[in-house]
Amino acid sequence: MNKTNNDWTAQIYAIRDTQDQAAFAELFAHFAPRVKGFLMKSGADASLAEECTQEVMATIWRKAHMFDPSRASAATWIFTIARNRKIDALRKQRRPEPEDLPWGPEAEPDQAEAIGLKQETEQLAIAIKELPEKQRILVEQAYFGDLSHSEIAEITGLPLGTIKSRIRLALERLRHAMK
Amino acid sequence: MNMTDTIKHHLTPEILMAYSAGTLPEAFGLVVATHVSMCDVCRAELDSYDAVGGAVMEDATTADLSSDALAATMKLISEGNITPEAPRRSTGTLPSPLQDYVGGDISAIKWKPLGMGVKQAMLPTSKAATARLLYIPAGAAVPDHGHQGTEMTLVLQGAFVDEEDRFARGDVEVANEDMEHTPIADMGEDCICLAVTDAPLKFNAFIPRLAQRFLRI
Ligand SMILES: [Zn+2]
Repeated sequence: MNKTNNDWTAQIYAIRDTQDQAAFAELFAHFAPRVKGFLMKSGADASLAEECTQEVMATIWRKAHMFDPSRASAATWIFTIARNRKIDALRKQRRPEPEDLPWGPEAEPDQAEAIGLKQETEQLAIAIKELPEKQRILVEQAYFGDLSHSEIAEITGLPLGTIKSRIRLALERLRHAMK
Repeated sequence: MNMTDTIKHHLTPEILMAYSAGTLPEAFGLVVATHVSMCDVCRAELDSYDAVGGAVMEDATTADLSSDALAATMKLISEGNITPEAPRRSTGTLPSPLQDYVGGDISAIKWKPLGMGVKQAMLPTSKAATARLLYIPAGAAVPDHGHQGTEMTLVLQGAFVDEEDRFARGDVEVANEDMEHTPIADMGEDCICLAVTDAPLKFNAFIPRLAQRFLRI
């Protein structure tokens, strides 16, 4: 499968619907080395990062039914799972999580929303790559956890506009579907 | 618990980004999770910072896994139970993330009196910052005395007003060392807030700024 055209939604749905181990192996080959790299850059040693990565990948299998491509890309969703594991294992503190959004058969992800979000997410990734070198490095450091809040304040001019309004639309649709 | 249309004071971009990155002290994370439970504006902004995180992870240097990692993960999966979690959604006054720390809704809060009708309840979080609930009687007012560090105050019931703004349920005030103003709790109802500070626990910073004003310390 062509990597640039692959948004991994099919694989995650195959895991959710038929416990498809081949689809999981594809997802694992792409994301596990990225999750491990992210955890090591965040300060985990190789053996802790390996252990946490396996747990993160197992969580992806277990939570496949929670994946909503109209609200987050696969990379975004997997990042949030890896980030939560990082807080637990490295920072050893609880992570207060927001309430869940309305979710059920009435609120099946909308195809057009998901495609729109995928395009916005790709544009955001390109925009981040094209940031001036210094700012791009600051953004990476913010997510690897070695930036102070005042340093983060310097980089909040990220190009988030379109993706933000896309996500808001998806949220409104979700809320509406539950009324 | 969506109150998006009535909330006027939101979280700052740097707070949302730090929460998304997972670098915020637990007490501040509790303010973010509680506000986002009520506010779709900040939820959408938070989701977009998560998308930045996804893009950063996608492009980050990869690290090879051990040769048996996939097999070991499949073993983990086969050993674990898949118990679909029920959605967390509060029907009470306190949003779910706060109820997790209180052990219930408003009636479960274990208040300790601070004098003059003001009460507080400490919440258990990691030491980097402290979180507490404050109860301030309607109509109480005091001049501001300044403060230290970053403080965030999220209104859960009632409201307080200062010279320029009104902070009602769902609104969050983010203050730093430079801010000076004189808030008054609204007459209508006693005010309950979640107050978080990262100031060191010196005597004059022990009770957060909001309580200092009301207590005339
Ligand atoms: Zn907000």
